[in-house]
Amino acid sequence: MTEPIVTTNRLTKHYGERAAVDQVSLTVRRGEVYGFLGPNGAGKTTTLRMLVGLVRPTGGTAQVLGHPPGSPATLTRIGALIEGPGFYPYLSGRDNLRVLARYTGLDDVAVAAALELVDLTGRAGDKFRSYSLGMKQRLGVAAALLDEPDLLILDEPTNGLDPAGMADMRALIRYLADQGQTVLLSSHLLGEVEQICDRVGVISQGRLLAESTVAELRGQRSVLVRGDPLKVAAEVAAGQVGADRVTLADGMLRLAIEDDRTGAVVRALVTAGVEVREVHPGERTLEDVFFELTGDRKEVPS
Amino acid sequence: MMASTRAELLRLLRWPAVWVLGGLWLALNLIFGYLFTYLSYRSEDGAGFTEQVADAATSQTLLAQVLPDQVPVVLVEGLPMFGGALLLIMGALTIGSGYGWGSWKTVFTAGPRRLTALTGTLAALGLILVGLMLATLVLDVGASLTVAAVESQPVHWPGLLDTVRSVGAGTLIGGMWMAAGVLLGTLVRGPALSVGLGLVWALVVENLLRGVASLLGPVEAVTDVLPGTAAGSLAGALGGLTEGEVGGTPGVNTVLGGGVATALLAGYVLVFILVSGWLTARRDLAG
Repeated sequence: MTEPIVTTNRLTKHYGERAAVDQVSLTVRRGEVYGFLGPNGAGKTTTLRMLVGLVRPTGGTAQVLGHPPGSPATLTRIGALIEGPGFYPYLSGRDNLRVLARYTGLDDVAVAAALELVDLTGRAGDKFRSYSLGMKQRLGVAAALLDEPDLLILDEPTNGLDPAGMADMRALIRYLADQGQTVLLSSHLLGEVEQICDRVGVISQGRLLAESTVAELRGQRSVLVRGDPLKVAAEVAAGQVGADRVTLADGMLRLAIEDDRTGAVVRALVTAGVEVREVHPGERTLEDVFFELTGDRKEVPS
Repeated sequence: MMASTRAELLRLLRWPAVWVLGGLWLALNLIFGYLFTYLSYRSEDGAGFTEQVADAATSQTLLAQVLPDQVPVVLVEGLPMFGGALLLIMGALTIGSGYGWGSWKTVFTAGPRRLTALTGTLAALGLILVGLMLATLVLDVGASLTVAAVESQPVHWPGLLDTVRSVGAGTLIGGMWMAAGVLLGTLVRGPALSVGLGLVWALVVENLLRGVASLLGPVEAVTDVLPGTAAGSLAGALGGLTEGEVGGTPGVNTVLGGGVATALLAGYVLVFILVSGWLTARRDLAG
């Protein structure tokens, strides 16, 4: 799981003055599930569009499977579902895949296998327009898997799905990963990425803020403090360690600090009249890391 | 390109819109080319529905237009106006809808080069157009033979060269309008606006310009080389009657000679396709 099959070097896309993607350098390695995590509008889809050649970068470079993005040599080895499934509504699911199969010289056996993989064989004869959103998404994944790709790029594949559909989609992606499939997955759902991804790239406002394994990201230390009044505690703690290191989690303050600073913070809290009721090391979730990195933290209650 | 053509044929031939538009063309060709002309000829007292066709000679002219030897003319005379509009819609929908559905995005990430995919679409549309012209020919021959039989007229077959020339001209006129639709669909990346703009141009703007042209010389020079003028001129050069003549068809004219009109139409087809190809290959697909 070390051979890089996607590398970008300061990849940039400007729309006029606005940088949708700003000097993103990421690496996806063979055999891993890479989670591209960021809030809506962070630049995830634009980045993925550049990787499949739908959008041209305005700066930087990228290599996908050893070739520039969008080259036929690359595209035939990629399966992609970008920003929702796009199919002919008047054709059945099977015929939609047959059209794509004809484009790539595949036969109906490949179509049947892809439909079977996403559990759509029973409804393959129905018109695409009659499909539920979950079925449409699964057909999109089937299309991406049609040519047994070396790299599967899925842009928010659980978007719009109900909980059961999301669980099914995650199980499918995990199954594919267990078969050795490399997956580059974008999502704004932290739990989803935490559940199924080996490594994560966190993007916000077009910039890649961190790239690491989920375990490494969560591994950064924190201290949880329960105090009353919480608002005062948050203000005092922010004054001690900086506002960007203080978040609220389940009625407690999470301080992104090393253990050796705990004593000073607690002393400051007590001095300020805060009743400190609980202090212990915090096991950070990906959500904590994400908010820390993006600065999109929860409001401290008044 | 063969793979792309096969793929596009599969999806286009299963698209109801293609059959509706093709069927509409065949029906309108029969109605305007045969039914109305024949009804005018057969109207009560044999004098037609208007005073314009009140004499026997005119009546015979009407009958002559719907007999077998006139099939090459009937085949093309509806194309500059309503036939062209229908084929423009087909071209615009074929390309524009793909952007609306997101299916181009799916195709462009499936493997083929963008230009290969577009070439496949154009080839598939071309095959459908040729098929449509041949179907029109068969239908027109059938209709004219029926009229000849009903009216006990001798059957004079059209010349083979005239027939081939007519099918070729029909394909060129239809192809030009279809390519215009493809260009519009590519430009606006949606079906509704491309169809709307195309119809406004083909059915309204060109006619308005022709109206203004009689007053302004420079405008006339422009209207003489517009797509609709070229299409109408080619139909006129093959014997199609202009709107002012008995049994004439809107859109048919004699502004340009057949050779010039053919060259102009071929040029339009080329330009429309090249611009579509350039736009398809160069633009981001970010919508």
